[in-house]
Amino acid sequence: MSQKKSDKSETEGQKHILSVLVENKFGVLVRVSGLFSRRGYNIDSLSVAVTENPSISRMTIVVRADDQVLEQVKKQLNKLIDVIKVIDLNDEEHVERELALIKVKTVKDTKPEILQIVDAFRAKVIDIATDSFIIEVTGDDKKIEAIETLLRPFEIQEMVRTGRVGLSRGYKEGSRDRN
Amino acid sequence: MKKQTETISGAQAFIESLKCESVDTIFGYPGGSLLPIYDAIFDCDLHHILVRHEQAAAHAADGYSRATGKVGVCLATSGPGATNLITGIATANMDSSSIVAFTGQVNSSLIGNDAFQEADITGITLPITKHNYLVQRAEDIPTAICEAFHIASTGRKGPVLVDITKNATVDRVLFSYPKDVNIPSYKPTYKGNMQQIKRAATEILKAKRPLIFSGGGVISSNASEKLVELSELLNIPVTLTLMGLGAMPSSHKNFIGMPGMHGMKTANYAIQNSDVLIAVGARFDDRVTGRIEDFASGAKVIHIDIDPAEISKNIYAEIPIVGDVSIVLKDLISIINERINTRSNEKLIQEYKANNDKWVNDILKHKSENPLTYDKNSPLIKPQFVVETISELAPNAIIVTDVGQHQMWAAHYFDFKYPRQFISSGGLGTMGFGLPAAIGAKVGCPDKTVINITGDGSFQMNSQEIATAVQHNLPIVSVIINNGYLGMVRQWQELFHDKRYSETDIQNSVDFVKLAEAYGALGFRVTEKSDLKRTLKEAIDSQRPAVVDVLVDRSENVYPMVPAGASINEYLEPDA
Repeated sequence: MSQKKSDKSETEGQKHILSVLVENKFGVLVRVSGLFSRRGYNIDSLSVAVTENPSISRMTIVVRADDQVLEQVKKQLNKLIDVIKVIDLNDEEHVERELALIKVKTVKDTKPEILQIVDAFRAKVIDIATDSFIIEVTGDDKKIEAIETLLRPFEIQEMVRTGRVGLSRGYKEGSRDRN
Repeated sequence: MKKQTETISGAQAFIESLKCESVDTIFGYPGGSLLPIYDAIFDCDLHHILVRHEQAAAHAADGYSRATGKVGVCLATSGPGATNLITGIATANMDSSSIVAFTGQVNSSLIGNDAFQEADITGITLPITKHNYLVQRAEDIPTAICEAFHIASTGRKGPVLVDITKNATVDRVLFSYPKDVNIPSYKPTYKGNMQQIKRAATEILKAKRPLIFSGGGVISSNASEKLVELSELLNIPVTLTLMGLGAMPSSHKNFIGMPGMHGMKTANYAIQNSDVLIAVGARFDDRVTGRIEDFASGAKVIHIDIDPAEISKNIYAEIPIVGDVSIVLKDLISIINERINTRSNEKLIQEYKANNDKWVNDILKHKSENPLTYDKNSPLIKPQFVVETISELAPNAIIVTDVGQHQMWAAHYFDFKYPRQFISSGGLGTMGFGLPAAIGAKVGCPDKTVINITGDGSFQMNSQEIATAVQHNLPIVSVIINNGYLGMVRQWQELFHDKRYSETDIQNSVDFVKLAEAYGALGFRVTEKSDLKRTLKEAIDSQRPAVVDVLVDRSENVYPMVPAGASINEYLEPDA
C-alpha cells in the first residue's frame, strides 16, 4: 500500500517499522490507515493480524519519514482511542521478515536453473504446474528484491508480498501485549 | 449503579444513560430511525430543544458546552439527519469542544444495503471526531454512552459520535450503567513532568523579555485565574488567541491583545521580540503564526498542552510540558514562588525585575503608539462602533459570533471580562455558527444576556433558528453588522484581487426585520448612528428573541492585517 499525498515526506526520510498494538475491533484498520492518508504520511506497507491475545491486533507499518514527521506519526497514532501502544522497532534490536509468493514461467530448459536459485535463497517451490512454479520466499526486503531480480528474466507472471512484520528481540518483563 | 430487575427498551436505556451522565438538555430533531427514542423522550423530563436543522443542533450543543463547560448533547436521525450534523461536529472538533452527538441508524440487518436514509456516519465522521461508536445491540448502549461522555470531556476535549441502530433502541435490556470507565488505551496525562516544570521556571526567571501566549486550552481547563496569577506574579505580558479571549480581562494592564493575522500590533511585536515564549494551551495555528520560520524566532518556547501531538507540531518547543494546563500552571507558580522566596536567588530576581521593567515599558510604549483605530467622526455607522456600543450596554453578556469581519471586530472591540464570555468558531471558521451556538449558550446560562454578533452573510446560513429561539422563548439578540457584502471575502478581493468583487455583493437580499417578525421575533433596523444605542437597548431590554439589522459603512475593512504567508510584523496598511 502506498500513499502519495503531500511531498513532505516523499523524498526525504528513513524507513521506520512501527509495531502498533490496537484493540481488535471493527473499524480500527480504517482509523489507522485513514490517519495516514489524511495527514499525508507515506505508508510503504501495512500488515495486520490478531496477536496471541484475541482482543488485540498487531499492525506492522513501514513508514518513510524524517524524524519530525515520524514523531508526529507516533503521537497521532497514540491519540487514536483504539491504539494501545506504538513501538518504533528501529529504536530497538529486532527481527523482521517478509514473505513473497512469486509465480514464474517455466519451460523445460529453465527449470533446473530456477530450482538452483530457489535453493540458493532457501526458498521453496510450493506449486508446480506444467508451465509455472509458485515460489515462496521469506526474508528481509533486500533478499526478496534480490530473488525477484534473478527470476525476472524467466518471466514473473504474478507476485504478492505480505509487507514487513517484525518483533523486538529478547524476553522483556511486562512487555506482554496486555499486562 | 442502577440495577433493575425488569427489562426496558434500548430507547429507555438511552434516556437512563443520559440521566446517569447528568444530562438535562438535548438539542435534536426527530426522524424515522429515532422514533423509539423520541417515544421515550415524550415522557421523560429531559429538556429537549427542537431545532429547525440538524446542523443547528450540533452548534447549539457546542455553544452549550463552551458556555457551561459541560458536555453538550445533540441528536439526529439516520442518513441526512446525521450528515447535516457534520459541519457542527467538525466545528467542535477544530475548537476542542466537548459534545456527544447521537445519530439514529437503520436496523442492523439493513446496514450496508443502501437502505432508506442509511449513511455510514461513523465512517464519514472518522476524521472529525475524537472517537465514534456504532452500537447495534441494546445491551451495548450504556457502555458506549459512558465511554463517549468520558472521552468527550477528558484530555483534549472533543466531539464523540454514537450511532445507534433502530433495532438496538427497540430491543429489551436489563439496564445497568457502568460504575466507571476503563479504556486501557486512553489515559490522558494531567500532571506535568516536574523536571520540565522546574526547567521552565528557570528559563522564565532568566528571561529578559518573557511573554505568555495563551489559547483555548486555558478556558477549557478552567485555568484562567492561574494564568492571571502567573502573569501578575512576574509581571509578564499576555497575548490571547481568538479562542483564549476572556481568559484574562481585556482591560487588565498585562493584556496586550490578540495575536496573528488580524492581531494587535503590540501582541505581534511582543511575540517577535520575546526571548521566552510561554505557550499555554495554544496550538500555533497558521492564522496566528504567519510565516512560521519567522514566528518568535528569537524565543525559547515553553509549550504547555494536554495533547502531546501539539508539542513541536508547528513550532519547536525547547521545553515541552504535557499536562492539564490548570495543574501545570499551579505547579509552575508554586515553584516560581519558592525560588522568589529563596534568599540565594535575590540577585537573580532583582535582575529579572530590572529587565522586566524595561520590557514592559517598551511594550506599553508600543501599545500607546499603536492603538486600534477607526474613524469615529464618520457620519456612517462604523461596525467597530456597534461592537463598542454593545460592550457598553451589555458588559457581562455572553458574546457569540459568526465568522468574518464582524467576528474580528467583536474580538477587538468588546471588553471581555471573564472566561467563556466569548464564543466563536475559530479553527473551522464556520459561518452560520452564531445563532444556534447562542441558543445553546442561552439554554446553558439562562440568567445571562446572550448576544449574537453576526453578519448579513453568516446570519442567512442558519436564520431558520429564529423559530427555535421563539418556540423555546430564548431572548437572544442577534445584531447583524450589515454591509451588504460577504465582507471578509470582499476585503481580500479588494486587497489581493484588484477590487474584482466576484459574487460577494449580497445587498438587499432579505428584509431582516420582516424575517424576524415572520418568525414571531422582534425586528429592528438601525440606519442612523444616533439611533444605535437606543435601539440596541430596546432589543436587549425586550427579553424576547430579537434581530437588530444595523446598516454599517459598506467599505470598512478589518485592520491590522498581515497578509497570508507573511511574517506577523509585516502589515498591510489601509489607504490613507
